[in-house]
Amino acid sequence: MKKLLSLLLAALLVITMTGCNNGGGGEGGEKEDKLKIGVILVGDENEGYTFAHMEGIRAAMKANGLSDDQVIWKYSIGESQDCYDSAVDLVEQGCKAVFSNSYGHQPFMQQAASEYPDVKFVAATGDTAALSGLNNFSNAFTNVYESRYVSGIVAGMKLAELEAAGQIPAESYKDGKVLIGYVGAYPYAEVVSGFTAFFLGVKSVFPNVTMEVIFTNSWFNITAEGETANTLMADHCVIIGQHADSTGAPAAVEAALAKGTVAYSVGYNVDMLAVAPNAALTSATNNWAVYYTYAFGQVVKGEKIATDWAEGYKTGAVAITALGPNCAPGTQEAVDKAIAAIKSGELHVFDTSTWTVNGEHLTELKIDLTGDFDTDDAADKNAIFDGYFHESEFRSAPSFSIYVDGIFEK
Amino acid sequence: MNKQPFIRIRKKDDRPFWQKLVIKFAFIVLALLIAALFINSVTKLNPIKVYVSMFKGAFSTKRRIWITVRDTCLLLSIAVGLTPAFRMKFWNTGAEGQILVGGLCSAALMIYLGNKIPSALLLVLMFIGSAIAGALWGLRPAYFKAKYNTNETLFTLMMNYVGIQLIEFFVDIWDKKQSHSVGIINGDTNAGWFPALFGQQYLLNVLLVAVITIAITIYLTYSKHGYEVTVTGESESTARYSGVNVPKVIIRTMLLSGALCGLAGFTEVAGISHTISVKTSGGRGFTAIIVAWLAKLNPLVMIIYSFLIVFLNKGAVQIASDFNLNEYASNIITGILLFCILASEFMTNYEIVFRHKEEQ
Repeated sequence: MKKLLSLLLAALLVITMTGCNNGGGGEGGEKEDKLKIGVILVGDENEGYTFAHMEGIRAAMKANGLSDDQVIWKYSIGESQDCYDSAVDLVEQGCKAVFSNSYGHQPFMQQAASEYPDVKFVAATGDTAALSGLNNFSNAFTNVYESRYVSGIVAGMKLAELEAAGQIPAESYKDGKVLIGYVGAYPYAEVVSGFTAFFLGVKSVFPNVTMEVIFTNSWFNITAEGETANTLMADHCVIIGQHADSTGAPAAVEAALAKGTVAYSVGYNVDMLAVAPNAALTSATNNWAVYYTYAFGQVVKGEKIATDWAEGYKTGAVAITALGPNCAPGTQEAVDKAIAAIKSGELHVFDTSTWTVNGEHLTELKIDLTGDFDTDDAADKNAIFDGYFHESEFRSAPSFSIYVDGIFEK
Repeated sequence: MNKQPFIRIRKKDDRPFWQKLVIKFAFIVLALLIAALFINSVTKLNPIKVYVSMFKGAFSTKRRIWITVRDTCLLLSIAVGLTPAFRMKFWNTGAEGQILVGGLCSAALMIYLGNKIPSALLLVLMFIGSAIAGALWGLRPAYFKAKYNTNETLFTLMMNYVGIQLIEFFVDIWDKKQSHSVGIINGDTNAGWFPALFGQQYLLNVLLVAVITIAITIYLTYSKHGYEVTVTGESESTARYSGVNVPKVIIRTMLLSGALCGLAGFTEVAGISHTISVKTSGGRGFTAIIVAWLAKLNPLVMIIYSFLIVFLNKGAVQIASDFNLNEYASNIITGILLFCILASEFMTNYEIVFRHKEEQ
């Protein structure tokens, strides 16, 4: 017995060691010549948000002619020291640029960027690159508020159809206005900007509307999002929008719809028709391929990646998913018209004539650009001019953080 | 006449050390073989390549080795911190909370006193402060256990959630309620950061944990306090009979356990991440319980198990990167390994007896 064991061990040792040599030798040769890019992802393909980034990265690799061994993937990296360790590890593996996809990665990416000035670092959805003063550190954000506005139009069309058919229950009218709901993640500018855009989209086709927002205090929590949707529907909200990453809310709306509640869902990130075939109208999504193709291209050319990148419909960086079967007739036309108007610059989502704060149309709204979360500094700029609020123009991360009339938090 | 069963299991706890070692090693090899079979049958990958990749994840560069060592030390320090309480059969499931409040105290000192006093003095204050914070976090469950015999498992566990909320509260204050992160603290001045010793960024972490581990081993094995802890753990009645002040021992030991876990928070904040968030503890407070148990509360054996778990984590990231094997795959490998280790525990204490052997 003992002899057998030691023989087995010896055999394993030999195999492991030869394996070691093979592995080491095979990769060592090409390590130095080829350009390498590292990506740090908060999840893996099983998580919708990360999946969207992975799709974008794969498309960008193809567009820039990068082979599989030129991009090193790090999956399921927490928003912690692990991110810094991974970033430095990627640098040591020869990466000339490192991308991270979650907001919480940002401080660790910035730390790594300050230590490795020759490597480009991008914290996607972050907001401190311009403030950091680092030449090799960038942020990127899609103008998802544009696609949220368009998804709002889809919802507004549905409301108009329901009202015309007399299907909106009397309880759903609050002070004479139809009540809709929104499942928000956190009370941050990113979310406020998003639901305001959504609300303005609804209002553009169905003006008689008011919106209730509830926060889950989590980016991804299936149970909490489902429960929040149920609370909103108990308050008789007819449309449930969301800025949270799971399928919790659409699934809850589908279940309620099946039981006879009048409620429809507008999702985020991914097509929700799989979980809510009847209730899902559409989802606002990002097309990260546009950004990654641009950024990888800059890396290949050896040029600087824009410190703040934010693009929307014009370059195809945002979109809405396929319309659900229960969308009102004429929705597609209305959507196409709005998208064309946004592209041509004719339509501005935050057009000041379409919203008020305390009954007044604003002519000035300063945004914080110094990172101290107030707007008293000389460098903080007024973002309202030419008749609209210039979202994501001074920095890529959203900055519209006030509540407009008609939106209230429970 | 000899109608004994074909296979019997018999207790055998007098095996020599080398034999135990061989058995454990054999089971680890067995685990690797089972996992290899699993990898090959599910993914069609060459399991040896996967193992090599895991090995690379932990060791292939100097930096990776240091990170593996650093994380091993961090996990070890928590497991060692749990040991005094566990020896007393006081089930401290509150290491997470104790780490967090220790880290919180360190972060607070870095934020409010950073650059105002010399860094060395600041580090000393952070060391003391986080130990006190952790100890206080452990004091409440200990007091109620000693006084009213409450259930410490639930009490310490619930204290974790209080700790998490406390962190949320302070993160909100320090980040001015916007970004949900305090960022890297004193990134420009490095005030309150562990200094690099002999050019090694994480050497101080290692030294600190080494000193703590040795000190606790000596304390528990050779001191009167250590004896009292063991006796209280064996039987409270016996302890009382032999003149041990049980409530005092419970409170004193838990203060120590909490302080050590608080110090792990200090190491994490000052020596590794230089920030504070609810993710600072990262579940290590629970992983350390596994480490402590696998090592049967022997601090020196904990070194091996801490290392094993950290190694598996580093390997998991690497095989995801190299072969697109996601965390479910690495969790299965870890699971198989832990099962086999548990099986080896059984086999070191029992033996399987076959009938024919009995006849001879």
